[in-house]
Amino acid sequence: MRLKNGIAKYIKSTALQRRIMRRKGLDRFFAFEGLFVMGVALLVLFALVGQLAADGAGRLSWQFLTSFPSRFPAQAGILTAWIGTLLVMLLTALTAIPLGIGAAIYLEEYAAKSWLTEVIEINIANLAGVPSIVYGLMALGLLVYELHLGQSFLTAGLTLGMLILPMVIIATREAIRSVPPAVREAAYALGATKWQTVRDHVLPYSMGGILTGMILALSRAVGETAPLITVGALSFIAFLPHPPWQGTFPFVSFEWLFDPFTVMPIQMFNWVSRPQEEFHVNAAAAGLILLAMSLAMNAVAIVIRARFRKRIHW
Amino acid sequence: MEAHIAEIPVEKQAIRTSLSPRLVPRLKEKAIELLLQLAAFTSVAITLGIVGVLAYESFHFFQQVSVVDFLTDRQWTPLFADAHYGILSLVSGTLVTTAVALLVAIPMGSLIAIYLSEYASRSLREFVKPVLELLSAVPTVVYGYFALLFVTPALKQIWSDLPGFNMLSAGLVIGFMIVPYVSSVSEDAMRAVPVYLREGAFALGATRMQTALRVVFPSALSGITAAYVLGVSRAIGETMVVAIAAGMQPTLTLNPLEPAATMTAYIVQVSLGDLPHGSVGYQTIFATGLMLLLITLLFNIAGHALKKRYRQVY
Amino acid sequence: MKALDVSQTVLKAESRGLNFFYGVAQALHGLTLPVYDRCVTALIGPSGCGKTTYLRCFNRMHDLYPGNRYEGAVILYPDRVNIVGAEVDPIEVRMRIGMVFQKPNPFPKSIYENVAYGMRIRGVSSKADLDMVVERALQEAALWGEVKDRLQASAMNLSGGQQQRLCIARALATSPELLLFDEPTSALDPTATSRIEELVTELKQKVAIVIVTHNMQQAARVSDHTAFMYEGRLVEFDRTEKMFTNPSVKLTEDYVTGRFG
Ligand SMILES: Nc1ncnc2c1ncn2[C@@H]1O[C@H](COP(=O)(O)OP(=O)(O)OP(=O)(O)O)[C@@H](O)[C@H]1O
Ligand SMILES: [Mg+2]
Repeated sequence: MRLKNGIAKYIKSTALQRRIMRRKGLDRFFAFEGLFVMGVALLVLFALVGQLAADGAGRLSWQFLTSFPSRFPAQAGILTAWIGTLLVMLLTALTAIPLGIGAAIYLEEYAAKSWLTEVIEINIANLAGVPSIVYGLMALGLLVYELHLGQSFLTAGLTLGMLILPMVIIATREAIRSVPPAVREAAYALGATKWQTVRDHVLPYSMGGILTGMILALSRAVGETAPLITVGALSFIAFLPHPPWQGTFPFVSFEWLFDPFTVMPIQMFNWVSRPQEEFHVNAAAAGLILLAMSLAMNAVAIVIRARFRKRIHW
Repeated sequence: MEAHIAEIPVEKQAIRTSLSPRLVPRLKEKAIELLLQLAAFTSVAITLGIVGVLAYESFHFFQQVSVVDFLTDRQWTPLFADAHYGILSLVSGTLVTTAVALLVAIPMGSLIAIYLSEYASRSLREFVKPVLELLSAVPTVVYGYFALLFVTPALKQIWSDLPGFNMLSAGLVIGFMIVPYVSSVSEDAMRAVPVYLREGAFALGATRMQTALRVVFPSALSGITAAYVLGVSRAIGETMVVAIAAGMQPTLTLNPLEPAATMTAYIVQVSLGDLPHGSVGYQTIFATGLMLLLITLLFNIAGHALKKRYRQVY
Repeated sequence: MKALDVSQTVLKAESRGLNFFYGVAQALHGLTLPVYDRCVTALIGPSGCGKTTYLRCFNRMHDLYPGNRYEGAVILYPDRVNIVGAEVDPIEVRMRIGMVFQKPNPFPKSIYENVAYGMRIRGVSSKADLDMVVERALQEAALWGEVKDRLQASAMNLSGGQQQRLCIARALATSPELLLFDEPTSALDPTATSRIEELVTELKQKVAIVIVTHNMQQAARVSDHTAFMYEGRLVEFDRTEKMFTNPSVKLTEDYVTGRFG
């Protein structure tokens, strides 16, 4: 009875009131801090885009997109760079997407639990953490000098393909795992083989997630610079690669695969590392376009994810 | 227990021997499985390639440079007449930029994660997360530009004698770059903490802040450690920001206000030049790459051990 | 008592001394049980007694997961082949034995594609053939009237009961010889349930059916024979009327009268 009275008194006491108030205040301060930090992060993003736009927007022009690099900043352009980026991305996608999806399907649908599977899984997790420049060193030693692919588009595409492979595998596996087992069982029960089940059901139903992962991985590759510097990207290429077609049979040509290459980030890096201000302006303009490319890819990925999520809900 | 089957008269039918074999489809299935398996093994091949190339070239390097010198010499001047091969000068650069980056990313990332998982409404979270992730989608070469031409000039307003190349601005920018890695993985970990744990704390009268800091954060520590490790790996391996903004001068210093080369920046610097294949200078980048990989691995193993220690089973 | 109809005594399948193991855990112990053609065989028994496990032996569903092992035989007539034998391709078995699951699991495709899929993987690709099969199967599953105007609509938008009938149509489209139902109505409301029950009664004109159910009334209503299982063993198998009115084993009597389980 006395105890009860004591508690009642304590609850009514101003001491407790004050403590509650203080804790609430702290809580609110903490929440504010969270918001504040988030704001700072977004502000940095804003400043970055703003700075780039302020420096480079004026330089964006048709001439800039259609000119070769030059010793004269005002005449220089990014023609070889953006064409190079497109071609390298094509090769990157052709390397990483089939291998990555194949590996993911194998690990999710086929592989029995064994030490070998375990090794592959651990390996993929670790590969994802390897610094990108290390891939460049491997490609330099292996592709350029052992396999004699030279400092070419092919080398660049394979290098970035290997770099994003773990990302593609991880994203695809996650997407595949979201297909409920009941749907697989439905297909198997009708007499579908494993491959038919994968081809007709698992892959189509996880396509949203897979596509999202692909695009995010490629958007990472678009901005990659370091590994391409190690395999020998040139920053001054005043000619276009061989066209992928030709007048005579078989009408497609693969000569361009072995041409020297440059890409957008390499061009930007080259310009930013020069002392002259005018080249920094070029760098900013190239950076704007590069930024637009990777942000656009991210936006597309977000849209695809949302669209597919709406379409299929289990 | 005896089964009881009532006798029901049965008419048995004519006899056939087996269900029709499906040799061709079965072979096709096997072939597909083999292909997919091959795809899964490429990831292992990549690892072998990386380890093989680094080990091979480093082996040749260490035939000419003693390991002791490599680890203890205080200078790194492999391209000078008086060549020194003290990797510490590069490791110190990497450690300083990484430390600065983590001082930014870990508090910011953790606060954002707590805010998003414990305070923010669903709609705010759904909006902020992708926007924050854009921070990591920005190409690193663009961050390099930002560090050199925005952050450093801004910092010069405070320290007027800050050199144009310095590790501080490179580290700060890397920090912002990896905030989303830290925040998004930590947030996932925190949201995986079951609601009943939170409710238990709330029922005792804890505020959200107390719940977040004393219940959710410790419970999610395993996943949060993984987030930190991811951030550390990215910071150690980051190349372009440091190559552009921190300078390329190997210096054994722990002062972030000075310019210095990191391991990655050195590899870029050598790759930009034209060292003959097979020379000691060429081999230095592989020895550096090996060191970089080992350091990354070390952090990952340490992180993994911590992660295991903090693992919670709900 | 019903007259002894010859069709009721033709064997469609039988298990003989069937043991089944999930890894090392044995879930079925020496099950010997006949399944008659053009009859409905009901499997009843308390939860966890192995009904689902037993049913999934018939179409080798257990082969999908590692570590599962069969011992003994499940013989399919008229071929007289042991379909759980190692040399038999499970795909071949599933081509002939259909299954309807506890929870409706349509593919997130159109209604048409759901029903046509089984024939597509059997190599039928002509539009006319597929149209015919789809219509027939939907009619047999008593769904045609409700969906004939929206065959291209997504199957995911159908109601639960419609989805389950779609799954039945999907299984029927491939003309299975034996149809397996695992508690097909447990996720449905009473109206949808009674439609499925009617359907089962009708379907046995053409196909042998094994149905797992927790509902004694359902077993009594739809089945010709009933097997009562307990802890992975068969306790009793007999004609349904006999099982529910005059079982020979005390345990069966206790169970069907609701005294335990
Ligand atoms: N995948 C599995 N791995 C291991 N054991 C399993 C697995 N599936 C089922 N079992 C076990 O096998 C036994 C039989 O399970 P089964 O699902 O066949 O029972 P059931 O009679 O269908 O029960 P219910 O009426 O609840 O559906 C149970 O003891 C169950 O725990
Ligand atoms: Mg069951």
